[in-house]
Amino acid sequence: MEGAEASPPSQETPPFLELRSLTKRFPGVVANDRVDLSVRAGEVHALLGENGAGKSTLVSMLYGLLQPDGGEIRLQGRPVRIRSPRDALALGIGLVPQHFLLVKKHTVAENVALGLSGVPFLAPTRALADRLRRLGERYGLPVDPRAYVWQLSAGEQQRVEILKVLVRDVRLLILDEPTSVLTPQEARGLFAVLRRMKAEGHAVIFITHKLEEVLEVADRVTVLRRGRVVATLPVAEVDERRLARLMVGEEVALPRARRRAGRGRPRLFVEDLWVRGDRGYFAVKDVNFQVHEGEIVGLAGVAGNGQSELIEALTGLRRPARGWIRLGERDLTGHDARAFFEAGVAHVPEDRTHRGVVGSLSVAENLVLKHYRYPPFARGPVLDRRAVRAFAEEAVARYRVAAPSVATPVRLLSGGNIQKLILARELHGRPRLLVAAHPTYGLDVGATAQVRRLLLEERDRGAAVFLVSEDLEEVLALSDRILVIFDGKIVAELAPDEASKERLGLLMAGVAA
Amino acid sequence: MRLVPRGEAPALFVAAVSLLAVLLAFAASLVLLALYGASPWEAIAVVYRGVLADPRGFAEVLRRAVPLTLAGAGLALAFRAQFWNIGAEGQLLVGAVAASGVALFGPGEGVAKLVLMAAVAFVAGGLWAMVPAYLKARLAVNDVITTLMFNYVAIYLVEWLIHGPWKGKSVFGFAYTDRFPASAWLPLWPGTGLAWPGLVLAVAAAALLAWLLGATKLGFEVRVVGENPEAARYAGVRALSTLLQVALLSGGVAGLAGFVEVAGTHHRLLAPLQISLGYGYTAIIVAWLGRNRPLATLLTGLLIGFVFAAGDVAKVALATPFQLVQVVNGLILFFLIAAEVPIRYRVVWRPERG
Repeated sequence: MEGAEASPPSQETPPFLELRSLTKRFPGVVANDRVDLSVRAGEVHALLGENGAGKSTLVSMLYGLLQPDGGEIRLQGRPVRIRSPRDALALGIGLVPQHFLLVKKHTVAENVALGLSGVPFLAPTRALADRLRRLGERYGLPVDPRAYVWQLSAGEQQRVEILKVLVRDVRLLILDEPTSVLTPQEARGLFAVLRRMKAEGHAVIFITHKLEEVLEVADRVTVLRRGRVVATLPVAEVDERRLARLMVGEEVALPRARRRAGRGRPRLFVEDLWVRGDRGYFAVKDVNFQVHEGEIVGLAGVAGNGQSELIEALTGLRRPARGWIRLGERDLTGHDARAFFEAGVAHVPEDRTHRGVVGSLSVAENLVLKHYRYPPFARGPVLDRRAVRAFAEEAVARYRVAAPSVATPVRLLSGGNIQKLILARELHGRPRLLVAAHPTYGLDVGATAQVRRLLLEERDRGAAVFLVSEDLEEVLALSDRILVIFDGKIVAELAPDEASKERLGLLMAGVAA
Repeated sequence: MRLVPRGEAPALFVAAVSLLAVLLAFAASLVLLALYGASPWEAIAVVYRGVLADPRGFAEVLRRAVPLTLAGAGLALAFRAQFWNIGAEGQLLVGAVAASGVALFGPGEGVAKLVLMAAVAFVAGGLWAMVPAYLKARLAVNDVITTLMFNYVAIYLVEWLIHGPWKGKSVFGFAYTDRFPASAWLPLWPGTGLAWPGLVLAVAAAALLAWLLGATKLGFEVRVVGENPEAARYAGVRALSTLLQVALLSGGVAGLAGFVEVAGTHHRLLAPLQISLGYGYTAIIVAWLGRNRPLATLLTGLLIGFVFAAGDVAKVALATPFQLVQVVNGLILFFLIAAEVPIRYRVVWRPERG
């Protein structure tokens, strides 16, 4: 472990919070593996890591949402058990969640009063309003206690969440990816608040995957990778380069896939593409690229840099604001998902359980979720159940989907088997373009290997494959060409030989390499 | 004690709990009757003799069950697609209006005329439901509100017609139309008031809608849209087209119920409350009690039909108010909602552990 020098063992007083060997297992994964962490009063401690590194699991245990399987949590030197958020608050630990938990139709004061003890039954918010104003002035969190939450911007709603915690006199404040919903100006305001809290003697845990934020606001940083602590360092001693390397790791990549001798003609053309996100801003900005027949193009990037919107545009689920999407000779710009499917675009979606399947329908029905309306599965308006069943039996055997029967509801399947089912469906009918989003995310080793092999087989068959993944090892192992996206723009195009994890990590973080 | 979500309850368990809810509702109704001053035992005897043991009485159960099942089966389909159609009452009424228009002013003789009336009633009811469905799919207008408001539009349309342009020339100031020509009357089961073609229609509609839901492309789309709209979009299901077809069918069968009422029972268009007795609203209970399975509405429609018929008998024999029927229906709904708890949760009798 690197950086042991950073936590001086001879402190006069014990740290406010200390985790010793904290471990949490889920079926098939160790989400937190013997995590040690200490956070002092008057310190902003950043927790840095990629998606899936185990940050959220750690926070859930600190806030009583999950129970650890091993190790201990100590507060001011005493071991504690945190069974619920109520326990956590009583111990002085507060959480500002990434997705706000506010009642939109209630006022700020009413939201704060919810669940607060000592609130009078009648006129519960009268005394509170004054207290909120005073707290707001002290910490630089101006909010009108009588405003309705639906009237507030994301930044203001976050202030309410922070006030909710402060009003309960917490000593340790945990902020889960607090800047993901903020504009840069709002983020600067938040950092000022954090500094104020530090000065007041609070301990702050700040969770992020953005390097520059760590450098701007934190005193110390703990880097997590695959559930383990890689290093704890004073921020004064690190720079972005070093943090990026710690975050994505340096281990030797797995043997790479056999390269194909040559690729075919260009098949997917994306020109001058601009796509708006849900909040109205451009999430994809002036993107241009092509994917050739028999080629896997990998897109690397930190979550939230426009990948989701780009994928939705490429599969007909989101209408681009500007630009063109062509498949071969066919202009698909502005068409819907059905047109993209009929043109030969297959889509392995990011959110496989909510978008990729219908949980209550059977394995067989989910296998024909897109093909049901064409022969041989449909004859006129009627479905041919025998044809559906025969296809399902064959697909389940061929793709080794472990299911009791093809009539089993899909929600009873494991994530890996759901993903195999989705691939079986999407690869049926020999797609011309396969758009795969995080295809192995959360899968076990066996399923991961199978999914990767299928992607390579598709490429070798001559399909164009567009692979979006946060797993750099996967991008490096599978891609014939790598694009890097940052802030909605393609910032680099690399051949796999000239790309390294470190270089990609820096590019993804917006640092020129 | 605490409640633990139980996932999906077995069908037999759901049926048993639903049956228990209905029995409890009946028991509560008897208590109410006792409070009203009537003997519950006498009530049971009267209902048994007048409804269950008497062929003519049982025909009344069927007569009530026909519009309830027609509208209820359509609502089951709509609810499966998450189209919250609260407007079966209005769809039934415009079906009745359309059928009356053909009966009074339209062409045709004999069976052809009846078939034309039914077809026009179906289309009218369907169109009445398609407007809110279109607004929902295109502009995200809340369908509960629009379908409900369309009921009032239909009610006042009927009122206007029977007081105004369609007011009968031979009815001396009463607010209804002239009597239909005999060729526009549905034939009755001999010795009863039951228009048997209505019964055929109800059974056929429930069976057809069940088949549609389970065996056709449209039914598949309905289930996908209803269970997971996001996956439906991903799969390329066109929500607008699916929703419009569902609305046409759902509103259409409610329109057929209106046709059966005017052509089978009243033989004229009259005041909305006389035509329908709230069948369109009560059909929501029919669909729900049948867990949104069209075929199950054959049974649940029969059950609620029994409540209506029993209410009629009790009104005459025990001098209870007609509103008793609404009270019993309300109690059934009340106990059904309560039954959701044991269906969705298991009760665990031990303290929560950390």
